[in-house]
Amino acid sequence: MDAKRIRIQNGITYGMVIAFWVVIQIMDKTGNLSSLLKGLLVPLCMYAILAVSLNLTVGILGELSLGHAGFMCLGAFSGAFFTNCMEAAMPSAGLRFFLALILGAVVAGIFGLLIGIPVLRLKGDYLAIVTLAFGEIIKNLINVMYVGRDAAGFHFSNKDAMSLGMDDTGVVIVKGAQGITGTPRAATFTIGILLLLLTLFIVLNLINSRTGRAIMSIRDNRIAAESIGINITKYKLMAFSISAALAGMAGVLYAHSLSTLQATSNNFGYNKSILILVFVVLGGLGNMRGSIIAAVVLTALPEMLRGLNDYRMLIYAIVLIIMTIFNSSPKAIEMRSVLMDKLRHKKAAGKEAA
Amino acid sequence: MTANKTVSGAKGVPMLEVKNLSISFGGLKAVDSFNVTVDKGQLYGLIGPNGAGKTTVFNLLTGVYKPNTGTILLDGENITGRKTIEINQDGIARTFQNIRLFKELSVLDNVKTALHNHHRYSTLEGILRLPKFYKVEKEMDARALELLKVFDLDQQWNYKASNLPYGKQRKLEIARALATDPKLLLLDEPAAGMNPNETAELMETIRFVRDQFDMTILLIEHDMKLVSGICEKLTVLNFGQVLTQGDTSEVLNDKRVITAYLGE
Repeated sequence: MDAKRIRIQNGITYGMVIAFWVVIQIMDKTGNLSSLLKGLLVPLCMYAILAVSLNLTVGILGELSLGHAGFMCLGAFSGAFFTNCMEAAMPSAGLRFFLALILGAVVAGIFGLLIGIPVLRLKGDYLAIVTLAFGEIIKNLINVMYVGRDAAGFHFSNKDAMSLGMDDTGVVIVKGAQGITGTPRAATFTIGILLLLLTLFIVLNLINSRTGRAIMSIRDNRIAAESIGINITKYKLMAFSISAALAGMAGVLYAHSLSTLQATSNNFGYNKSILILVFVVLGGLGNMRGSIIAAVVLTALPEMLRGLNDYRMLIYAIVLIIMTIFNSSPKAIEMRSVLMDKLRHKKAAGKEAA
Repeated sequence: MTANKTVSGAKGVPMLEVKNLSISFGGLKAVDSFNVTVDKGQLYGLIGPNGAGKTTVFNLLTGVYKPNTGTILLDGENITGRKTIEINQDGIARTFQNIRLFKELSVLDNVKTALHNHHRYSTLEGILRLPKFYKVEKEMDARALELLKVFDLDQQWNYKASNLPYGKQRKLEIARALATDPKLLLLDEPAAGMNPNETAELMETIRFVRDQFDMTILLIEHDMKLVSGICEKLTVLNFGQVLTQGDTSEVLNDKRVITAYLGE
């Protein structure tokens, strides 16, 4: 019934992402791509994936989660760890990266499930606070974790590299606060775009299916959903862990775009979780296309404004305020619809006159 | 079973048999030794003053609350203490006093959500858009539209549920409950907030549902016109206890019932 309209809407979203890729490719080929923008391309994809995946939790499931950076962190570290371990055993960089992506997603997804079981019993603000804490816990645990490998196998410690007690062949892979260094930078813009398309494919198809309806029915009215036989716990956990797994995948992409991966507050702190939430809220709850646009605009903007030095964050903040008002203030929405109506009338009138 | 139904007078097992049902909240006995027997195909009314415990009975029947004592038999099967979603699969569907639709979903999707357990495909089949997805979705669309047509909602299938007028929202709630293919339908104040015309129309609809779907219906209602118009039997609740029960006309003329509603 609705299938046709949905297919068109989703087509526009996919088309927009592909068009973005084409434009960047053309700019690259004609030499119009500044090195600043080039450095931004992978993070842009990463933020877009994070925003879409968080929108699944916040917009579709209707639960406020502030721990998204934590899942990204898990994905980043397990992916980078895998790549570093397998560098010798698996010469094909492409396959290695592919497996790292899957592993990162699976690890983050499993943690999403484990954390979701206790956490999803809470609602609203309480859920937000607990997920925030989980995100911080994950980051801090990784910060004190040392993992090394020698002939005898893996060694773990939460003190320092010395207490790993390895023999001469030992190599420290995860160095606590110094993180993981020397990960090959396999992430490219094209891979980023492909992962974004994959994320969209999963999320959009999920929403417009039996499962998606069940998830949204929980959001709209939990009691009624239960009364028609929807398994609340199952679908809440499913949405939450799929969202976490996709964030983990974005984390792997991120880890492979840096030479040094550290679990600093800057990288995976709650500020990052809130930043992703800002993309979601600005783009519109449940609106995946909006999430991508908001992520791209708000990531690119501060970098583009670098020339303005001190005024950079001022302009960023003003744009943020204007976008929020334009998107969600009732008066602004009313004004927008009036404007649209006028435009339509003009068009219709023009047609009649002709 | 079907043979039983066609023979008039042969009642067999009642659709719903509730014995000695009680629940307390703190010191308050909200429902105290509640008994009721609803036969197959019956239109049964549950009435009583505000706060008598009517909705609590519904919540007990649908597993929202667990009873302290008592048993609930649905079509001869003991469903006491089961979870809400299990009870729905056993065959009880309900509507709510304050409408609880999936507001952001379309009218069609509201009904399709309720078909969840009857038309299945896995999440993976849904994401990968395998052939089964298209096949089952098509079946769901057809079934949902069929139900919407019964309630004259098929023209508005793509409206957001919250954009429907009030009376139609009530109807959509009934359609959604019926989509789970229940044996027993519980209606919690279906006429609340309706004007006399809408109520009259609703009475027709409820009767139609009973005949068309061969449904047993238990309803809570304050509108005495509706109650006397369509209910065959009544139970009156007062302060959590059964005041009286029996044929509608007898019960409504009972002095104790009038006293309970209007005072001495």
